[in-house]
Amino acid sequence: MLIFELSKPTRKNISQSPREEPEITDIPEAHLREHPPALPEVSELQVVRHYTRLSQSNFSIDTHFYPLGSCTMKYNPRACNKYAMLPEFLMRHPQSAVATGQGFLQCLYELQEILKDVTGMKGVSLTPLAGAQGEFAGVAMIRAYHDSRDDHVRDEILVPDAAHGTNPATATMCGYKVREIPTDAKGDVDVEALRVAVGPQTAGLMLTNPSTLGIFEGHIQKIADIVHQAGGLLYYDGANLNAIVGKVKPGDMGFDVIHMNLHKTFSTPHGGGGPGAGPVGVNDRLLPFLPIPIVTEEGGDYRWLAEQELPQSIGRLSASMGNAGVLLRAYIYARLLGKEGMNRVAEFATLNANYLMAQLRTRGFDMAYPTRRAAHEFIVTFKNLKEQTGVIAMDVAKRLLDKGYHAPTVYFPLLVPECFLIEPTETESKQELDGFTDALVEILEEAQRDPELVKSGPHTTTVTRLDEVKAARELDVAWDNE
Amino acid sequence: MPFIPHTESEIREMLDVIGVDSIDDLFDEIPEALRAQVLSLVPEGINEMEIARVMTERANKDGLYTNFIGGGAYEHHIPAVVWELTTRGEFYSAYTPYQAEASQGTLQLLYEFQTMMARLTGLEVSNASLYDGASALAEAVLAAVRAKKNANKVLMPSTIAPVYRQVVNTIVRNQGIELIDLSFSEVGGHTPLEIVSQHTTDDVAALVVPQPNYFGVLEDVDALTDWAHDHGLLVIGVVNPIAMALLEPPGHWGEHGADIAVGEGQPLGAPLSSGGPYFGFMCAKQKLIRQMPGRIVGRTVDTKGKPGFTLTLQAREQHIRRSKATSNICTNQGLIVTAATIYMALLGPDGLRRVALKCHANTKRLLSSLAKIEGVEKLFDRPFFHEGVLRLTQDPAAILRALEAQGIVGGIDLSQHYPQLGQTMLVCATETRTDSEIDAYETHLERIMSRRRLDPPCAQKIAGSG
Repeated sequence: MLIFELSKPTRKNISQSPREEPEITDIPEAHLREHPPALPEVSELQVVRHYTRLSQSNFSIDTHFYPLGSCTMKYNPRACNKYAMLPEFLMRHPQSAVATGQGFLQCLYELQEILKDVTGMKGVSLTPLAGAQGEFAGVAMIRAYHDSRDDHVRDEILVPDAAHGTNPATATMCGYKVREIPTDAKGDVDVEALRVAVGPQTAGLMLTNPSTLGIFEGHIQKIADIVHQAGGLLYYDGANLNAIVGKVKPGDMGFDVIHMNLHKTFSTPHGGGGPGAGPVGVNDRLLPFLPIPIVTEEGGDYRWLAEQELPQSIGRLSASMGNAGVLLRAYIYARLLGKEGMNRVAEFATLNANYLMAQLRTRGFDMAYPTRRAAHEFIVTFKNLKEQTGVIAMDVAKRLLDKGYHAPTVYFPLLVPECFLIEPTETESKQELDGFTDALVEILEEAQRDPELVKSGPHTTTVTRLDEVKAARELDVAWDNE
Repeated sequence: MPFIPHTESEIREMLDVIGVDSIDDLFDEIPEALRAQVLSLVPEGINEMEIARVMTERANKDGLYTNFIGGGAYEHHIPAVVWELTTRGEFYSAYTPYQAEASQGTLQLLYEFQTMMARLTGLEVSNASLYDGASALAEAVLAAVRAKKNANKVLMPSTIAPVYRQVVNTIVRNQGIELIDLSFSEVGGHTPLEIVSQHTTDDVAALVVPQPNYFGVLEDVDALTDWAHDHGLLVIGVVNPIAMALLEPPGHWGEHGADIAVGEGQPLGAPLSSGGPYFGFMCAKQKLIRQMPGRIVGRTVDTKGKPGFTLTLQAREQHIRRSKATSNICTNQGLIVTAATIYMALLGPDGLRRVALKCHANTKRLLSSLAKIEGVEKLFDRPFFHEGVLRLTQDPAAILRALEAQGIVGGIDLSQHYPQLGQTMLVCATETRTDSEIDAYETHLERIMSRRRLDPPCAQKIAGSG
C-alpha cells in the first residue's frame, strides 16, 4: 500500500501548519500554480503507521548482522545521534556569524586534528559531502597541483582493475583519461605493469589499501616510488581505512592525498544510502589546494578559512560547509573511542574477518585468496558451487536473507567470479559470526540437496525476488493514480 | 574498549582457530616500517556521560538566536513525527538498498518521495536525491551538456545564489564546460529577457532559471523558458520546494515546461543544522531520465506478481559503467529524504500551501516594517516569495553584529557578492517568525541605525572628517 492510496481529498493535519491562510494580493496570477500538488492527504496516525511499517520491512544494523564488504556496517552509537541533535546545533543557520557557533566550530576543528593524526596528513578539509565527493576533491587537487606547475601534459589517472567504480568515474569528472592496471595472481597490483604504464602523462594513481580484494597491498612502498618518480601523485581511497586505523597511517605509506568515509570508519549512520561525509587529507604539497571552507583556530577563537586565505583552493563543493551533522556524529564517536579505542578498531575488525574466514574455510567454502591474510574483509567464491549445483552467488545471498542475515557484497570486485565480499566489522560478537557461519553452511547443504530451494529464495521477506528487467524496461518511477 | 564485545577467552579461542598467537600477528603482511604509529592528537577516550557534558556545554555556548536568514537554507516548523520516525534504527542504520528484498521500506519510501517531487515540480520523473541544492545544480548542468551533444556552454544568471555558482564552477570546470554569467536588472532584481537574449546561443546547452531567485524575486519564468526552447536550449529550473506549493511549477513554465528542475530539499523537514546534511533534488522530463545522475527507484513485481520496488537504470551508474558513468555519485541523502517524505505526507497540499502563504506574508510584513526605518530601503519592485533585499546607509556587517548582540541573526551581507547594489543585506521571515519577533527586529534595527547615525563609530568619523 502506497501513502497515496491512503489519501482522501480535503483531509488535513491542522496542527502541523499555520492556522491562518493569508490572502495573496501581490503575486500576479501568472506566477501562481493552477492546481495544488497532488501530495497525500492523510492523518498523522496514518503517516506514523505507514512509515513505521515500512521501516519494519528493512534490514538494518540495529536489527540484523550486515556484513556488506567495503561498506563497514558497524554499530552506530545512539549517543552520536543524540548529542549531534542538540537544539543549538540544529537551529543554527549556516550563514550566521562564527561568533554564534564557537562550540560547533571547536568540535569541527578538533575533528580535523583527529583525522590528520589518524591519516598522517598535514591538512584536512571536512567539506566533501560523501566519499565520492571526497574522491572528486582529491583528484581535482591533483589536477590543480599539476596545473600550478604548468605541467599540463599529465592527462591520465591510473586505477587498478580491482578498484571501486567511483575511482574511474571520478577521474572522468576531473577531465582525466583512465588507464587500468592489472592485478597479479596474489591479488597485489602488478608492479611491472605499473612500471610500464607510468610516464610523463601520469597525473596520479588511485589506490585502496587494503585493496578491494581484502588484502594489504604488499608492494605499497615500491608503488609509491614508481608513481612519484614519474611525477605523479598517489591517491588513497579511504574506503577500507577501518582495516588499518590506529595501525598504519596512509601518510606514512607515501600517499599525497586521501579521502575518508566517515560513515564507514567513524560510524556515522548509512541512513538507507546517505548522508555520508568524505573529508580529504593532504600532505604539504597539496595544502594550498584543499577545498574550502576549513576551520582554523587562533587564541581559542575559531573561524573559517576561505577564498581570501586559500586563493589556490579547488573551491567550494557545497552550499555551506559540509554535512555538519554527520561531522558532529563522527567527532562524538572519535571522542568516545579515544586513542586506545581507535587503536583497537583495526585490530578487532581484522580479528573478526580472519576468524570468520578461518571458520568458513574449515566448513568447506572456497577463499579467493587462500594464502593471504584477510584485512578487515575477505572474498569467498562460489564458482565451484555454481558448477556443481547451478546455485550462484546471488542465490546464496538471497537465501541468507531468509536466515536473518543481510547478504555480503556480491559480484564485487569484478575480478573474482561468483564472489561474496564479507566485512564483519569490529562491533560484531563471536556468537554473531558463528551464527552467520552456520547459516551459510546450511545454505551450502540446501544447495546440494535441493538447489531449487536456494535458487527461489528469499521466501520469508515481504516480497520474493523482484523482476529487475521489468523495472528497467517498463519504467515506473512515479505513481500515477489514473 | 567501546563497542567491541569480545571477552579475553573469546579472543583466545578466535586466535586459536585462525592459528596465530596474537592479534598483532594478523598484521604480518604489513611492512614493519609502516606499523604501530602513535596517535598523538587523538585524546584519551571518554564515556557517554562525559561526552554528553562536553557537547551540552558547547551547544550552550553557541546559544539560540531568532533567525531572519534564508539564502538557501530556511527555518521551518518540523513536526515531531518527522525525526521520531526518521531516526528509527531500521531507517537510520540501514544502507543502500542493493538487496531489494531486504530493503522494501527504504525503497518504497524513495518511490513515494520521487512521486511527491515529480508532482511538486510538475515534471515526470525524479531521482532519489543528490547531496545538496548546489551540487544538484552542478549535476543538472552536466546532464544538460550530455544531452546536448557538441554544446559546452550554460547561461547562468547572477540571480542564482553566488555559492551555487561557485560550486557549479568547482565541479564542472575540469570537463571543459563554460558558464556564462548573465547580469540582472537593478530595478527589478530579476533576469530580464532583454539581457538573456543578447547572449549567443551557439554551443549553449541550457539556460538556468531560478524561481524564486537568490534575492527572493520572482523571475519571468514563462518568457525565459520559451526563449530558451525557441533557441534550442534546455531549461534548468532552480526552485524552492516550499514555494512550489504556491508558484507555477517548472514543468508548466512556458509552452513546454522546464526540462530539468533542481533545488535544495532542506526546507522539507530538515533542520538548519549548521549547514547540513541537507539533500538536493532533481526532477526531469521522462526523455532525460537516462542522463540523470544518482539513484532511481522503480516499481516492479516479485516472482509471485506482488508489487515491489528496486533500484533501476543502474547501467548509468559508476559501479557498472565506471569511467563512462553519468556521475561518480553513489549515494543519495537517504535519511534526509526519509524526513522530507514524511514531512510532505504530514503537511499535504493544504499544509504546504499554508506554510508558503505564511512565509510570504511574514516576509512582506518584515520588509515593510524594516523599510520604514530611516536609512533602510527595500530594493526591487517585482513580486517576491519569502526573501527580500534591503539597502542600508550603514555597513551591513556592523549592523548585523549589533543585532547579534540582541539575539537576532538579521540577514546576509550582500556587499561582497553584489557590490553594484551598495550596502545591502538579504532578509527572510518564514512561518516560524511571530509578529512580536518581527516587531522586535524593527525596534532593535531602528535603535541601532539611529544610534550609529547620531554617534558614528570612530573609524567612520575619521573617514568622514578626511
